[in-house]
Amino acid sequence: MTLLALPLQEQAVFVLAAMVLFTSFLLLAQTRLVTSIHTFAWQGGLVAAITALMAWSSDAPHLYLSAALTLGLKALLIPWMLHRLVRRVELDRHTESLAWPAATLLGGAGLVLFSYWVVLPIEHLELAATRNIVAISLSVVLLGMLLMVARRQIVQEVIGFMSIENGLFLGAVTTAHGMPLVVELGVAFDVLVAAILFGVFFLQIRESIESLDADRLDRLSEREPEA
Amino acid sequence: MAVPVSLWPALPALPLVMAVTGLSARRPAVLLFFALMLLDGLLAAALGLGLLTGQLPTVSHSLVTGLPGLAWHLRLDPLSGWFLLLIGLVQVAVAPYGPGYVRELLPGHRTPGALGFFTALFLLGMQLVVVADDAFLFMIAWELMSLSSYVLVVFHHQRSENRRAGFLYLLMAHVGALAILLAFGVLATHGHGFAFDTLRSADVPPLWSTVAFVLALVGFGMKAGVLPLHVWLPEAHPVAPSHVSALMSGVMLKVAVYGFVRFTFDLCGAPALQTGWGVALLTVGSLTALYGVLFALMQHDIKRLLAYHSVENIGIIFLGLGLAVIFRATGHPGVAAVALAAALYHTLNHALFKSLLFLGAGAVMHSTHERDIERMGGLLRRMPWTGTFFLVGCLSISALPPFNGFVSEWLTFQAALQTWVLDSGLLRSLLPIAAAMLALTGALAAACFVKVYGVVFLGQGRSRHARHARRVPRGMRAGQAWLALLCVLFGILPVPIVRALGTITGPILGDDLHAASVQGLLWLTPISPKTASYGPPLVVLALGLTWWLTARLLRRGRARGVVSCEPWDCGFSRPTPRMQYTATSFAQPILRVFRVLFDVEEGLEERGGIHYHLHVRDRLWRLLYEPIGRGVLGAARQVARLQSGRLRAYLAGSFATLLMLLWVIGL
Amino acid sequence: MNTGLLVLFQFLFFALAAPLLAGWVKRVKARLQNRRGTPLLQGYRELWKLMGKQALVPDTASPVYRIAPYVVFASTLLAAATLPVLGPRLPLASMADIIVLVGLLALGRFFLALAGMDVGTAFGGLGSSREMLISSLAEPAILMAVFTLTLTAHSTNLASVTDFLLHSAPALRPSFLFALMALLLVGIAETGRIPVDNPATHLELTMVHEAMILEYSGRHLALMEWAAQIKLLLYAVLLVNLFFPWGMDAQGTPTGTLVALTAVTFKLAVVGTALGVTESVLAKMRLFKVPLYLDMAFLLALLGLLSHVILEVGSR
Repeated sequence: MTLLALPLQEQAVFVLAAMVLFTSFLLLAQTRLVTSIHTFAWQGGLVAAITALMAWSSDAPHLYLSAALTLGLKALLIPWMLHRLVRRVELDRHTESLAWPAATLLGGAGLVLFSYWVVLPIEHLELAATRNIVAISLSVVLLGMLLMVARRQIVQEVIGFMSIENGLFLGAVTTAHGMPLVVELGVAFDVLVAAILFGVFFLQIRESIESLDADRLDRLSEREPEA
Repeated sequence: MAVPVSLWPALPALPLVMAVTGLSARRPAVLLFFALMLLDGLLAAALGLGLLTGQLPTVSHSLVTGLPGLAWHLRLDPLSGWFLLLIGLVQVAVAPYGPGYVRELLPGHRTPGALGFFTALFLLGMQLVVVADDAFLFMIAWELMSLSSYVLVVFHHQRSENRRAGFLYLLMAHVGALAILLAFGVLATHGHGFAFDTLRSADVPPLWSTVAFVLALVGFGMKAGVLPLHVWLPEAHPVAPSHVSALMSGVMLKVAVYGFVRFTFDLCGAPALQTGWGVALLTVGSLTALYGVLFALMQHDIKRLLAYHSVENIGIIFLGLGLAVIFRATGHPGVAAVALAAALYHTLNHALFKSLLFLGAGAVMHSTHERDIERMGGLLRRMPWTGTFFLVGCLSISALPPFNGFVSEWLTFQAALQTWVLDSGLLRSLLPIAAAMLALTGALAAACFVKVYGVVFLGQGRSRHARHARRVPRGMRAGQAWLALLCVLFGILPVPIVRALGTITGPILGDDLHAASVQGLLWLTPISPKTASYGPPLVVLALGLTWWLTARLLRRGRARGVVSCEPWDCGFSRPTPRMQYTATSFAQPILRVFRVLFDVEEGLEERGGIHYHLHVRDRLWRLLYEPIGRGVLGAARQVARLQSGRLRAYLAGSFATLLMLLWVIGL
Repeated sequence: MNTGLLVLFQFLFFALAAPLLAGWVKRVKARLQNRRGTPLLQGYRELWKLMGKQALVPDTASPVYRIAPYVVFASTLLAAATLPVLGPRLPLASMADIIVLVGLLALGRFFLALAGMDVGTAFGGLGSSREMLISSLAEPAILMAVFTLTLTAHSTNLASVTDFLLHSAPALRPSFLFALMALLLVGIAETGRIPVDNPATHLELTMVHEAMILEYSGRHLALMEWAAQIKLLLYAVLLVNLFFPWGMDAQGTPTGTLVALTAVTFKLAVVGTALGVTESVLAKMRLFKVPLYLDMAFLLALLGLLSHVILEVGSR
């Protein structure tokens, strides 16, 4: 099975999926918070485009709804909320660089290889091509987690969390032509609520410890702090 | 040139005569010694050439010496021939170099004879290793090589750091030898014998052959300087006399490569190769290459720097071997043959240019009495010939066309790029990544040699010695000229060499690389002409023509000749030698980029002006060797408790041992 | 077209069109800055003038300093000449494949850096050191990007690659997209353009390429400048012909040749305009930002490779 055997729409899906992966890496490498939010919006837009393409190529009209939902929520609404929040807590000029950018990026590339290795044994998907997209979406999920581990800024952690959701959604759309609409609506609602809750938490955390640095949240253990 | 194969007994005999003449430090004896070395080198090279071109048949001999029931066997086949050629070519360069260099070295030295005697034994050991045909003789020759080179390392034993380097070398050489012995042991257990023929036909289960492979990798890798077993190398190679350094770095490491190739591809045999081995070799090789070159960049002792580059090149060779294993294990003997040929070609190339660079470094040290490149500069004008030959060495080791280093790296790239024939997606992506590591290594090596050449030979002299350097004797120049010539030759005419390598890969891997030379002498086409081709003679011709035409057109222009002037330097005052960029400052950006790998200690001091000091250490010392050292000392301390000092306790110990042995026999 | 003529055309095209492309970029930049800018042919005039001037050689320089311009020029021009401009029927391409091309550029760079060290001034060493840092990080990225292409075309011979691209069915390849982006980034770094190095700078502590050729004058300087222009053209042709091989001539008919020449001119003009625009918009980076930039290029190339392996070759 090679790329050339596929119709053009599927090839376009592949290109877009690869771009989603690339935006994950951009999120990982980005130093400016505001640009990170924009990149995240692009990622949402790309996922929405993939959904729309899938809807078109597999003639599944309910996917158009998912696409619209994704576009509205992840490419527009949540980035806008994050943006507003960042401005409100005066972090819009915040920059943060990774400690070892090259090592982290190469580690990310390693994760991509790893997820490819993980999905290799999946045999009985109707198209081997779909399995390869699963590898991409799994890497997007893992990269999101890597982002959450590597970053210190809480807003960045939220972006990482959201991009994990993007990865999961990508996998669901491309392999199973989307989840049942009810589930999808539920998930979308959850994400929205999560975003709002995060916003509330930020303001609270900032009021109590006067910072949004995740490294300051270091007392999450049952051990008594040593005096 | 056809050499009767019956001349082979001269191969071990000549070094023995050399050893005797080497004992005397009188001038005629020294000259005779080096004349014999030249003869021996020519003989080895001629025999090797004969074996490779197929003019000489593969011959086996059984020696009368050896233990009763365990006769020693010799065998000369194309693989041995390749390494005999390598040893011979370098020896031919070292022979004319030696007299001039040793003259400076010997006066006032207490044991002049030791140098000659052990150099001869060292050569004997190396030549015997590559022709040995049983594990027994192989190990004896191996030990002869290790021990005599140890003596050469501690030749300047008055300095304590040399003794320390020597001890480290001796220790690691013996741990390595133990691993090799065990590797042979694994094969011998299944083959019931020590002759290589028996080992070859041994029926070894895959698990045990993996054990043997790992042991061989550790054993030969320790000698060759594979990460993380390379630490002795940058300590030991620089302290030996330069012509011996050339032999050690240029040839002895290659003998270790020979041992590994012989063991893995011939004794274990191509059908036993496993993909996992190849991946291990590939990983180890690319990491070794990168590590070696990064540390080389940080050195400013010229011989230490070259020693780290040996680590790098051994990495490149092992990378090639890894590719060969992967392709053979996945059933692509044709590509595997290209990869093996690339590795062997690089082995010879590295022997040539590394020996050339060590001889050049020796010449520089001979005339400036400095080892620190920060105190050199402007030597090209003081020593034009050495400078030119060293430049050829730098261009070759930096893998620049049309020199020889480029050909072998190009072949490695070509083998790596055949990755599309593989089925496994993981391997398909792993191989190009290794190739990218190779590219990074090559580019960093170029950076390093711009630094070396720029700081040592260009610019202005940084010390009084450098400003008053003398030319070296004609013999020393001749040795370098020979190697420089070979570097150019092996770079421009790779086709006959690859064809000769086909006689090695044919029997081992089942593909004799006939595709590489289908288009005649001018074109090297490792896979097929459509896939990739490289025509070095034409590249040289085109470069030369362009150069000539440009120069001609410009010279005919309105302005001819050149006018000498003061350096402009943006209009500041005339630059003094102290204003030049130093080697440390040259490497500083790279140090900053790869900082995480180094154990760096830097700072400013104020003692009559501000002084900057920078000390870069191998991180592996702290991470790996110091814990091992502490562990060994701790264990020794525990064992030392047995040593109570009471006679009757020792007797009780002996008694208990005796009882236990008897019990074992009774089982 | 006749084989010999084609070879001659290759050399002449790169030698003669290079100053034009450089002049075009300068002009675009000038227009964006609301200046009239120099005439398009100014590059030729400058080279001609420099060739007519006497060459000054500092008294601290060694012979390496005097041969370096010739080596740099010859190796760059030869590397460029092996790159198919009009169509895949190029005999020169089998003499040197893409790896040799990169090697020839490295040969030129080696001598350029040596020349920088030769006079023994602080600026020269500074330039050499930085150039070698940038190039050693750029080289793996460029080879990785090229590998992605060669894995698809199963060849490193540029003529075969072009042939493959012309004759394969159109397909959207994610790997090519990434390889293109990687090559763009690396090309900018390797040709010393903004944001990595500024070709217009002089007497600044940030200079890289200019610092190495600071002492050169007369015909030596002309060769060095010319070689830099050829290198820019080389990267531009590499990009347009590998990723957008439209209009290239597979047969070698006169009309086909004419069409190919027009197409390549048009594509190069577009590239030159794009370069001028990016140079006007971006600011030069700090030197120690460059490694991250090149890491990004390497990552793109690596992603190209991975997406080739994961998405394009498919199962088993």
